[in-house]
Amino acid sequence: MYPEYMAESLRKVVQTRPARLELARKSGPVYPPMNAEERRAVLEGFHPDFESSARRTVRVGPNRDESLTTEVADLLESHSWLRSEQVNLDRPDFETDLLIIGGGGAGCNAALVAMKDHGMRSIIATKLRMGDANSMMSQGGMQAAVSRTDSPTRHYLDAIGGGHFENKPELVRALTEDGPGVVKWLEDLGVVWDKQQDGSLKTMHGGGTSRKRMLSCRDYTGAMIMRTLMDEVRNHPDMIDVKEFMPAVELIMDTKGHCAGAVLYSLDSEEFFTVKAKATLIATGGYGRLHIRGFDTTNHYGATGDGLVMAYRAGAKLMYMDSVQYHPTGVSFPEQIAGFLVTEAIRGAGGQPLNKDGELFVYPREPRDIEAAAIIRECAQNGGGIPTPSGRVGVWLDSPLIDMLHGDGYTDKHFPAMYRQFIRYGIDIAKLPMLIYPSLHYQNGGIEINERCETDLPGLYVAGEASGGLHGRNRLMGNSVLDYNVFGQRAGRYASEYAKAVKIGKLSLAHLDSFEKELAAAGVQTELVTPVLLPSYAPEDVRKRQLLRADNELPGSSVLHNRLHEGKSL
Amino acid sequence: MARAPTEAKERLITVYIMGKACEVPAEATIMGAIEYAGHQIIRGAGCREGYCGACATIYRLPGDYKIRAGLACMTLVEEGMTLAQIPYVPAEKAIYDIEKLKPNVSAIQQLYPSVFRCVACGTCTRSCPQGLQVMDYVQAAKRGDIAEVMDLSFDCVVCGMCMLRCPAEITQPLVGILAKRLYGRYLRKDSPELAARVKAVEEGAYDAEYAELMTMSRKDLSDRYYARDTE
Ligand SMILES: Cc1cc2nc3c(=O)[nH]c(=O)nc-3n(C[C@H](O)[C@H](O)[C@H](O)COP(=O)(O)OP(=O)(O)OC[C@H]3O[C@@H](n4cnc5c(N)ncnc54)[C@H](O)[C@@H]3O)c2cc1C
Ligand code: SF4
Ligand code: SF4
Ligand code: FES
Repeated sequence: MYPEYMAESLRKVVQTRPARLELARKSGPVYPPMNAEERRAVLEGFHPDFESSARRTVRVGPNRDESLTTEVADLLESHSWLRSEQVNLDRPDFETDLLIIGGGGAGCNAALVAMKDHGMRSIIATKLRMGDANSMMSQGGMQAAVSRTDSPTRHYLDAIGGGHFENKPELVRALTEDGPGVVKWLEDLGVVWDKQQDGSLKTMHGGGTSRKRMLSCRDYTGAMIMRTLMDEVRNHPDMIDVKEFMPAVELIMDTKGHCAGAVLYSLDSEEFFTVKAKATLIATGGYGRLHIRGFDTTNHYGATGDGLVMAYRAGAKLMYMDSVQYHPTGVSFPEQIAGFLVTEAIRGAGGQPLNKDGELFVYPREPRDIEAAAIIRECAQNGGGIPTPSGRVGVWLDSPLIDMLHGDGYTDKHFPAMYRQFIRYGIDIAKLPMLIYPSLHYQNGGIEINERCETDLPGLYVAGEASGGLHGRNRLMGNSVLDYNVFGQRAGRYASEYAKAVKIGKLSLAHLDSFEKELAAAGVQTELVTPVLLPSYAPEDVRKRQLLRADNELPGSSVLHNRLHEGKSL
Repeated sequence: MARAPTEAKERLITVYIMGKACEVPAEATIMGAIEYAGHQIIRGAGCREGYCGACATIYRLPGDYKIRAGLACMTLVEEGMTLAQIPYVPAEKAIYDIEKLKPNVSAIQQLYPSVFRCVACGTCTRSCPQGLQVMDYVQAAKRGDIAEVMDLSFDCVVCGMCMLRCPAEITQPLVGILAKRLYGRYLRKDSPELAARVKAVEEGAYDAEYAELMTMSRKDLSDRYYARDTE
């Protein structure tokens, strides 16, 4: 239940509702959408990326001297878990055609395509269990231009406008053109899409869409797709070897500069293992668990940007790592679920963001960065926010409108996961609005790729949230589920073609030594050892006592102690 | 916004994590409490938002004989609660080729024959943290009603609590996944427009438009974008 002091504000929401319902029933926007000038003003004034300490110059590596998100620059200017001389590369522990780092949506797609279409064997090495991934969590849906009134080129225009025209055009084309085929491919694997009576796909609006294009599987879209992919992967144990609780900590190169595998770290036994592969795919997803600018996050436990730093040390360039996606509607109250995602489909179905007086202050379906910045502005500048008992702030998201627009029971039927999350705290979202505030959601940029998922390094492929270029500096809802499917499949295809031809030379970790030298030359002083692998949520006093145990400094937010002891070899 | 520094004024209660007494915030989730006590969870946390089923937990409350099941990321602690996480429930997934199955009882008989051992005790339904009618979908599986299994197991997060407690040792969530795939593959109504769109793309129907959009100046593209109509 909401605390007593919010009752007055809730009453105002009820008072203004009939007029707002009227507006929603009419065709046309319920609030004037912003033009280009207004968008710029709200972004520059209120988006967290534009705060002065949000970015800093990175001093080493392929993006040297560029301004990046501060936490990303910190992550990149860090030490490896390994030193090259510690690792024996003469006899790799495992060998395979394709090493896939990350068992989320992109990784599983790649493994399936590599196997089915190209007869390639793969190892999927993943941090937690397969499917412990952002892909499991998407609720709202996947964009694909399948309806009669829509087209792939219209999807292209929406995506590139949402990304402020900075997206790499060939990537957007691949995304939007492959979209319908992906829908069909998934359906044939057994994904149960929401449908209309006549069998056509049910489509909804999302932020920044000019046609209803969001396909869904109730509000378990990600879980439905991910579980189908995982089940199919597990149907082929002879071709796809899944290694769980075995995150990669460093890429392995060969002396000719090809990427040739990775070093894995067993979270169970704390052993390191080497994998030699003809081609390597980074499909490690995003970085929400770095808690950039102290924000709560919607992301899964293992989303710590590991792929970025591994690829960076090996020499791959990053793109648009100066922009962070804050989802406009994260939960602000109750505190136990603070940061959890409230799917954008709630706004797609008619939910409206309101200030404490129950008034609309923004068009509900602006692109995400605009919508988030407008909510922050309403709280920070206009005093329109509602403070929570734990010191957060939020605005209302008026969900009861949805049943009024679509009929009783609609919310229950279409948003069962959302309903469940709130009802535990006595909040029935069909009757009461939700209190929301932007939450750290998505890594807009990443390792730069082309439409074949290739990077600067031959043999290194990247797909999904870990990649950069596709979304420009702002991804639209529904385009990343499509992203991990389209580019996961493309990576499977192109990495397989490459793997068939390549001859791997002598394995090497020399890039780690060069990177250390570069750090020293740039005068970087840091205790941070990355990849981070898992965040720590132990309270401060516990962490201090943990520090006493290790004879080394606790590396930043990383939980696993620095194990770089002299004489400790693989 | 920042995670609020509220520790100072928090009310603490005692819970027993695998038997060991720990003082934890009264308002915490089980997952929050385990971490507050200083554990680094490795097995037993995934999505942290109620989707992945990694965090299944069994617990008892003081003075109550009942064993309860919950998702650690979604369930709040209570005074005197004694708990253990069950991060994995052994179960054998059947290996199959979806193209060689029929969407009826034969698939169930072939792959998960244990379903027919159900004694309709309802324990699975009572242990499901998602509140699903698990027994009903097992019954539907026995009848070969794939659509019903799909519908009733749709929101299953595969936490494994039902199969852990089932006296007939049935692997309910695996049956649910099979049924969903069979439904999607065979029992769906086909979308005529989807097939047409896929074909149009293959035939290059959009090539010219793409070529135009991809060579436009940023200004022209921007004008086109802001002038586009919305459905
Ligand atoms: C709550 C939530 C809701 C969302 N809703 C939507 C939506 O409605 N529509 C939409 O389009 N998008 C949505 N998204 C975004 C979308 O789900 C993700 O961007 C997408 O799933 C990313 O897929 P991926 O395969 O690239 O990464 P992931 O699915 O995150 O998979 C990455 C995998 O790599 C593993 N990994 C990480 N580091 C390592 C390492 N060092 N070694 C080995 N493995 C590693 C991770 O554990 C994980 O299993 C949502 C995201 C979240 C968090
Ligand atoms: S049906 Fe079983 S596995 Fe699925 S959520 Fe319920 S208890 Fe967990
Ligand atoms: S617990 Fe097992 S035996 Fe009992 S109803 Fe459920 S499936 Fe049947
Ligand atoms: S951690 Fe995924 S359901 Fe709890």
